[in-house]
Amino acid sequence: MRSVASTVLTLVLFATYLGIGALAHDNHFSLGWVLASTALVWAGPAQIILISTLGSGATVVQAAIAVTVSAIRLFPMVVSVLPMMRTPQTKRRHLVLATHFIAVTLWVECFRLFPQVPRERRIAFTHGLGIGLCSVCLFATTLGYGLAANVPPLLGAAILLLTPLAFLLSTARNCRQLSDVLALVLGLALFPLISLLHTGVDILISGISAGTIAYGVHRWRERE
Amino acid sequence: MSDFIGDWHALVVLVVAGFLPNEVWRMLGLWFGGGVDEGSELLVWVRAVATAILAGVIAQILVLPPGALASVPDWLRYGAVAAGFAVFMLTRRSILFGVVGGELVMLAGKWWLG
Repeated sequence: MRSVASTVLTLVLFATYLGIGALAHDNHFSLGWVLASTALVWAGPAQIILISTLGSGATVVQAAIAVTVSAIRLFPMVVSVLPMMRTPQTKRRHLVLATHFIAVTLWVECFRLFPQVPRERRIAFTHGLGIGLCSVCLFATTLGYGLAANVPPLLGAAILLLTPLAFLLSTARNCRQLSDVLALVLGLALFPLISLLHTGVDILISGISAGTIAYGVHRWRERE
Repeated sequence: MSDFIGDWHALVVLVVAGFLPNEVWRMLGLWFGGGVDEGSELLVWVRAVATAILAGVIAQILVLPPGALASVPDWLRYGAVAAGFAVFMLTRRSILFGVVGGELVMLAGKWWLG
């Protein structure tokens, strides 16, 4: 629980979920519904997309497609973090709940904090961190839902700027190898270019190409 | 209770349109990543792709800002993030100081613009 309290990212999550609670209120969803979405979906961007698409009158199928496109990023995150949690005795079912909690914040924090946690305790650690963060976010969702109409635009802009700032800095701090640094820089540079194509999966295209180029450079340097 | 959750229909929509399409990628990751070795080259690539996708999410929020952030001019959004990054580097990689620095630059800029 100390890890939950000590991270700046908790504050960022708190502010994000304040925004999600307010958004749900403005789109006439019930409080219970948005709380259930926080616990079940547990991914800020997916929830914002879900609430805004359904709220604007899109069909269930349209909303599901938009959500699933936004969620593809969870796949490489889960694949890269799970091997750090596993011991030779670990069964796959032991990892289901920990996997559910993996989202950007937990992914970043696992890379930062795991070196200080003994391997056999890492699953329990992830459960604790996940449940702690989720509780904070459930509270923030409720508070945001209640405050909805009273959020001034400048505060709203400040809340929205928190996400890119915190993601950028925490990813920058977690870079271990040249490939990570390159992937971050190239990913930032490529997206604005690829977004001009309006493919609908721009982030995926720029992410896979930037990541692959970064990995290629890493391989090339290794062989020198 | 029905007021709190809404009707059953709303809950089914949440599961079908929100929970399942999102969770499927985590469970695919579990199924696929369950057998990958921690030191493998494949993981270096997967981590690079995950980092670059995250970078794309960051760039998307800055380039195509949602909601109230769109009221902040382009140069001020980029400037605030650049200032936050500079503070982060100057304070021996403190995320707290970097985030606070970037936010202050954005708020000061908005105040100065009126």
